[in-house]
Amino acid sequence: MRPFAYERPTDAATAVALASVPASAHVTAPVQYKGGGTTLIDLMKLDVMQPTTVVDITAIDDEAMHRIVPSDEGLRIGSLVTMAKLHADPSVVRDYPLLTESLWQAASQQLRNMARLGGNVLQRTRCLYFRDTSYDQCNKRVPGSGCAALDGSNRGHAVLGTSDQCIALYPGDWAPALVALDARVEVLGRTGKRLIAFADLHRLPGTTPHIETSLSPGELITAFIVPGGPRRRSLYRKIRDRESYAFANASAAVAIELDGRTLRDVRIGLGGVATIPWRAHRAEGMLRGQELTEANARAAAEAEFGDARTREHNGYKVVLGKATMVRALLDAQAMEVPR
Amino acid sequence: MSVGNTAAPAPLANMGEPIRRSESVAKVTGRLVYAADAPGQSPLQAYFLTSAIARGRVLSIDAAPAEALDGVVKVYTHLNAPRRIATPYTQKGGYASDTNMPLTGPEIHHDGQIIAMVIAETYEIARDASHRIVTRYDATTPAATIDSPGVDILHPDALAEKEKKAGDFAAALAAAPVKVEGVYSTPAQHQNAIELYSTTASWSAGELTIHEPSQFVVELANGAAAMMGIDPSKVHVVNPYMGGAFGGKGFMTQRTALVAGAARELARPVRNVVTRDQGFTLATYRSETKHHVRLAADHDGRLLAYGHESWEMQSRHDDYPLAGFGVTTAMYGKPAILTRVNLVKADRQTSGFMRAPVEMPYMYPLESAMDELAFALDMDPIELRRVNDIRESPIDGARFTSRSLMRCYDEAAASFGWSKRDPTPGSMREGDWLIGYGCATAGYPTHMAPATARVTLSADGSARVEVAGHDSGQGTYTALGQVAARELGIDPERVHVAMGDSRLPAAPASSNSLATASIGSAVKLAIDKLRSRFGNALPDDRDRSAAFARLGVSEIGDLGEFLPPGTNPEVLGMLRKGQVPFANQARGDESKNGKPLMFAFGAEFVEVRIHRLTREIRVPRMTGAFAAGRIVNPRTARSQLMGGMIWGMSSALLEATEIDEKRGRYVNDSLGEYLMAVNADVPRVDVIMVPEEDPEVNPLGVKGIGELGIVGTAAAVANAVHHATGKRIRDLPIVMDKLLA
Ligand SMILES: Cc1cc2nc3c(=O)[nH]c(=O)nc-3n(C[C@H](O)[C@H](O)[C@H](O)COP(=O)(O)OP(=O)(O)OC[C@H]3O[C@@H](n4cnc5c(N)ncnc54)[C@H](O)[C@@H]3O)c2cc1C
Ligand code: SF4
Repeated sequence: MRPFAYERPTDAATAVALASVPASAHVTAPVQYKGGGTTLIDLMKLDVMQPTTVVDITAIDDEAMHRIVPSDEGLRIGSLVTMAKLHADPSVVRDYPLLTESLWQAASQQLRNMARLGGNVLQRTRCLYFRDTSYDQCNKRVPGSGCAALDGSNRGHAVLGTSDQCIALYPGDWAPALVALDARVEVLGRTGKRLIAFADLHRLPGTTPHIETSLSPGELITAFIVPGGPRRRSLYRKIRDRESYAFANASAAVAIELDGRTLRDVRIGLGGVATIPWRAHRAEGMLRGQELTEANARAAAEAEFGDARTREHNGYKVVLGKATMVRALLDAQAMEVPR
Repeated sequence: MSVGNTAAPAPLANMGEPIRRSESVAKVTGRLVYAADAPGQSPLQAYFLTSAIARGRVLSIDAAPAEALDGVVKVYTHLNAPRRIATPYTQKGGYASDTNMPLTGPEIHHDGQIIAMVIAETYEIARDASHRIVTRYDATTPAATIDSPGVDILHPDALAEKEKKAGDFAAALAAAPVKVEGVYSTPAQHQNAIELYSTTASWSAGELTIHEPSQFVVELANGAAAMMGIDPSKVHVVNPYMGGAFGGKGFMTQRTALVAGAARELARPVRNVVTRDQGFTLATYRSETKHHVRLAADHDGRLLAYGHESWEMQSRHDDYPLAGFGVTTAMYGKPAILTRVNLVKADRQTSGFMRAPVEMPYMYPLESAMDELAFALDMDPIELRRVNDIRESPIDGARFTSRSLMRCYDEAAASFGWSKRDPTPGSMREGDWLIGYGCATAGYPTHMAPATARVTLSADGSARVEVAGHDSGQGTYTALGQVAARELGIDPERVHVAMGDSRLPAAPASSNSLATASIGSAVKLAIDKLRSRFGNALPDDRDRSAAFARLGVSEIGDLGEFLPPGTNPEVLGMLRKGQVPFANQARGDESKNGKPLMFAFGAEFVEVRIHRLTREIRVPRMTGAFAAGRIVNPRTARSQLMGGMIWGMSSALLEATEIDEKRGRYVNDSLGEYLMAVNADVPRVDVIMVPEEDPEVNPLGVKGIGELGIVGTAAAVANAVHHATGKRIRDLPIVMDKLLA
């Protein structure tokens, strides 16, 4: 790991002032925030990230950044809340099962105790060529160098939202749930606060895979706002090679409302298959107002994956992604929902 | 019959007490000192830079940016490497597990070869410095998988003896009414012991002390001496405890001499801890294998023909052949047999031991093919084994010292509830989950190596066992203490066992599941000698002080020297020089000159559940029954057998080192990406120990159990997957991709 300066401010404005330095993108900026550090410190040890200053934000004593507050505009979740705290919150467990199940099935308890939700949504891809600097080719790590995954080992790579420059998967479990619920992100910059749609936070790789988010260098995520709810008929289905402590091969966060068998509302976020947290708009459009049957769910899944692009080892993700979406919808339909 | 998940099963016939491991509390409370924690010395830290290509040359290597860092002491490359003397391959009379000697030239022979070694005051500085070295390569396209163009396929004459043959295979196959045939493959795997590989070397007055996790301290001491050009008496290897080894710490690697050489040149102790990802390329591993298996039978299931051709991945520079036909041909019937092994030479590091190195990859295809044959015959797979159960080798008629295979099947089947199985594939379901039952045979030869041990009895009734053996976590300290206590007629708590030190009486490598049998036999022989000093009856508590007073000593010790049957006394000399591999062992799967076959057997049963939509595979329960002669300690034995089964399941479903074919590199080289089973994957494992007596195998009547449990599990899982889905997956691991295809 390269030497770096360490700052631990106790207020958000100071943190933002420290971090607002010129850079081409939030993730490549020489000043990086550290929440739990479970993504950042790993990547620093691997020499993938080389910040010269690390600003530890966990000591910021702004109550609102540490709390979970139900309000009129919906649920407000501070960005410094740990993964463990949110998935253990009884009212969120009851009212938004997809938000807690997706966290509960992520990483391990030790990591969930450390990791904060702000860092969680910004976790970076697990692409093996990105994480190992001995590979020359990685457009995300070294813009313009090529992409080793295209003709390399790509079982874990995305099939939706890819480009010829990068097929890296967005690996997180929580973000698909947020994107399904039309969440918003509250961001503090040098000029003040702004709200952005969660769906706009992550950027498709396109020709600039090294620019991962729409945050400007130095912008600090302070909270997530989940409008509406409760969403009691909702869940998260995560399919993985082993039963625990593994990233998703495919996942689906769904929240539905039923009139008998008819879908009054349906929201679907997909994980494990796309370059960004993926909102299944096309499938939702086909299902809304329709009966929820296995055949209808399958047709919607077919449509959603219609544009999928596969490589040598990840063709199964298309089959699996569709199956996971169907399973999640049927399981949500079968769920016992507390009144 | 003892079934269930009790950690300390009550002993049945011919079993010792299930006492707790002597070091267990220290281990789980973090008080054991491992090699890389060895105190004192404040060593310099060595960090390796490894190659980013699998084949080619280093054109230039610019270490200046690394050397410029504060705290960097030296950067070694092939231009200025510490002086070492090459030693031949372990199986050719030398000490190297891989003879590709790094930093001797610009050539690169495999992914992750050491190309520089940074020495710095701290680990962090050394690692940071390594990242700043700029290397330019001249890369050549590597051939790194069995099917890659550019590999060389060899069929060495030296292996002819291992290629078992019987009768006229072609004729028997042609005439047989029922046949099955398949190509099976097993992936590359890495041991990934939790304790990382490390070496700490320090010199004092021309003597070298090494702290390094090793399954063979005598070999490591002699090997380091050879590479440093000093007398073996000047090297002292100290390594009392290991956090897992599984074969990866079996024989000396090239790292030891690099670190020791740097310590000598710099006149300071030097420590190297290999990172998790470097561990994938800087030690031996289990390489991939491919098998073409043909089985034929009559309508009653009697085997008529067994053909097996295999391909084993190898480095270009060393041969580590498995050729596991000694095991597979000791299993069933009296078929005509034809076998052949091919070595696939590629741009890879040398492979080596990993739990059941031979038996795991060879029993998986045989046991899968047996299930396919049972299916083709419309016969219960257990009955197929029963029809073909044997008392003698189909190769040469050699008998078994004991064989309880079908008792294992019957006990495991009853406990598992095999009778509830509807044999039609895909017929058993619960909700959205398809259910499958599968079974397979486990078998492991009882090998023995020469061993020596000193036992000292004191007038106060305590005893000391000293031997240069090893405990990588399997319970050898405890088992040897129990063996000694039983022979001495004292409480195991009164026996102190010292191991993991090359200056103690020589012991063989902790591999091949032979430690308890071999070292335990030496312990028994030492105590036999002590007994003769007391007129053939050891004194008990009442007359002990008087007996010692008569001899005029306060303690009395003697050395036991165990020679496996059929070996000559010269092997003890070889053992003391650390030259043990194979030539001087008694192998359970060899039956030359009228020697009987010696095997432990088992039967494993697995239930799988597979989701009808998403096809992920879960294993809610496994049952295994094993018969392995005397069980010294049912608690440690159960945990070895259970651990073996869990690993077997894990390697059936999860474990594989992925290779980027184009680049010839391992890509999933971290515990995050190299998946192995976690607790949630193994809800219930039942281990049944079937009592068995075999006074013939060795003085203790003990067979090896360390590796038995992993053999056959993968086939049992694959057979269960077939039962659940009707799909036969013949290449491991069975990931969901293959069921979704
Ligand atoms: C072994 C392992 C297994 C894992 N398995 C899973 C899994 O199965 N599913 C899953 O979803 N995740 C998994 N993860 C990822 C884990 O969830 C993330 O690493 C974690 O959530 C990141 O949170 P953190 O607080 O540690 O982030 P940090 O590492 O502190 O930060 C990550 C990034 O976000 C930036 N950042 C942090 N906070 C803010 C903020 N408030 N505003 C702006 N920028 C910020 C940092 O500068 C940094 O670049 C796994 C991680 C590991 C190491
Ligand atoms: S997929 Fe993206 S992150 Fe991975 S190697 Fe290609 S460019 Fe880099």
